[in-house]
Amino acid sequence: MKDKLFIGLSALAMLVILAMLALILGNIFWFGKDRLSWEFISASPRVGMTEGGIFPAIFGTVALVFLMTIAVMPAGVMTAIYLEEYARADSKMVHIVQQAVANLAGVPSIVFGLFGLGFFVNFVGRGVDGLFFGGELNYGQPAILWASATLALLTLPVVIVTTSEALRAVPREIKEGGLALGATRLQNLWRIIIPSALPGILTGGILAVSRGAGEVAPIMFTGAAYFLPYLPTSPNDQFMELGYHVYVMATQSPDVEATKPILYSTVLVLLALTFLLNLLAIYLRARLRKRFAEGR
Amino acid sequence: MDRRKLIERGVELLVYLSSWISILGIVFLFIFIGREAFPLLTDPRMQEEVRLSQLWTSIWQPVSDLPKFGLIPLFIGTLKASFVAMLFATPLAILAAVFTSEFAPPRLGRALKPVVELLAGIPSVVLGFFALVVLATWVQQLFGFTMRLNATVAGAALGLAVLPIIYTVTEDALATVPKAFREASLSLGATPWQTAFKVVLPAALPGIFAALVLGFGRAVGETMIVLMASGNASIVSASLGDSIRTLSATIAAELAEVVFGDGHYRLLFGLGVILFGFTFVLNLVGSWYIQRVKRRLLGAV
Repeated sequence: MKDKLFIGLSALAMLVILAMLALILGNIFWFGKDRLSWEFISASPRVGMTEGGIFPAIFGTVALVFLMTIAVMPAGVMTAIYLEEYARADSKMVHIVQQAVANLAGVPSIVFGLFGLGFFVNFVGRGVDGLFFGGELNYGQPAILWASATLALLTLPVVIVTTSEALRAVPREIKEGGLALGATRLQNLWRIIIPSALPGILTGGILAVSRGAGEVAPIMFTGAAYFLPYLPTSPNDQFMELGYHVYVMATQSPDVEATKPILYSTVLVLLALTFLLNLLAIYLRARLRKRFAEGR
Repeated sequence: MDRRKLIERGVELLVYLSSWISILGIVFLFIFIGREAFPLLTDPRMQEEVRLSQLWTSIWQPVSDLPKFGLIPLFIGTLKASFVAMLFATPLAILAAVFTSEFAPPRLGRALKPVVELLAGIPSVVLGFFALVVLATWVQQLFGFTMRLNATVAGAALGLAVLPIIYTVTEDALATVPKAFREASLSLGATPWQTAFKVVLPAALPGIFAALVLGFGRAVGETMIVLMASGNASIVSASLGDSIRTLSATIAAELAEVVFGDGHYRLLFGLGVILFGFTFVLNLVGSWYIQRVKRRLLGAV
């Protein structure tokens, strides 16, 4: 009797969590779907953001995440390769790097925002201006380049952890097979290990993009803008971003009721973007696991 | 032949060097946030603006003719929101983790875990929006608080953000408990519930403690949710129905409007140092306990 009660209670907790998840997703889908249209995706905001679309925010988000990916993928994948394939597993360096990665993953996103401002904008940006532009203000101000660099550092642990996992999942026989046939370390890595781990590496990239696209706090002071009449074309331009746009519309709008429908649809677009990427990552991961499990 | 060897060595060096990025990242975080805050301690002109003795007072009014920089309301706000979040998320997350790992059929458990983790994939600005627009109305109808945005609303939404962390870390800890523990307990006549709560859960206790510490760290540092749903009024009170202003939300709301390089600007970086230091310690404690549960349980087999 007592057994049934407690097991039922734990099942209930699970149900409550699932219900909350369904509720949030359902609520946003339900109130967001009516306003979705081609115009909404492809037009600029009008009439104090109560009319028109969110194209500049979508464009800004994609550009931001694209630049971030260019920075974070090589750095993250190479770190994982070092940890899993080159370094000795019990070496001090491995331990320190792993500790750093774990700590980096726990740093609050607002702290990354401060860092982006203090390091990229104020230190690197001004340094570049002083060296190459004679002190004229070009890079020493918030810009898409600095925002994406900040996000790259924030998502670095995601890429490292996922890639490490993928490299570890490649069976030892496969790795040693290549070496036994006379391949050099690099050949073995490039021709055998990386191709085998590719879906897992890709998963890391997808998770990083999903995470990066959803973060607002790190980009608030490093490049995101309330409203811009133009799209960013140079790395030192500011940009509009979906999550930041949601925040601005939800908290700074002069007429919240009038913005509400458009706000809901913006949230739906943002959620669809991050959420679908997450689903894709889960699917890829499951497939990868299956593939190597079957080979055994 | 030589060229190939050179490339081999080059790649080895390259991957080694890139592994330094994470280490430098953490070090630079400390240095460059500290650098902006440091003049508060050394520059007498700064100290005229922000008197250090004033920090331990209870009024935060940075933008006025006579600015007041008392940090107490910010600490209280941060603790209140995190407290509500933990109160809300902990029982749900731990019970659900026990269900996933102990009671659910293995296939169902394997399917449930990624679904709960989807919750972690919802951007915090979306949770903040949901709290602001939907949850706040419900909480007001339920409790009748006079302030629509308050510690309870922000804390509940924050709970949604920390729940997947507590759940995942707890579930991982339960999964490291060797099967032999369960089999021994069941064979001695314990029921499944007794086995789960009196054998498995105690064995995984350091891991569960780690889950709580990591969840708390996340709650303290989370920004967008509290920024949108807490009301952002710096009130010193014990009521969970009052608006609050947290450390993180203060940085987010004020940094865009301060004069670059003045005392207020430096103090906001100072808050960042506090936030970073605090979560850093919590993360160290958390990962230490995770290591401990692994060593204790996997080392014992």
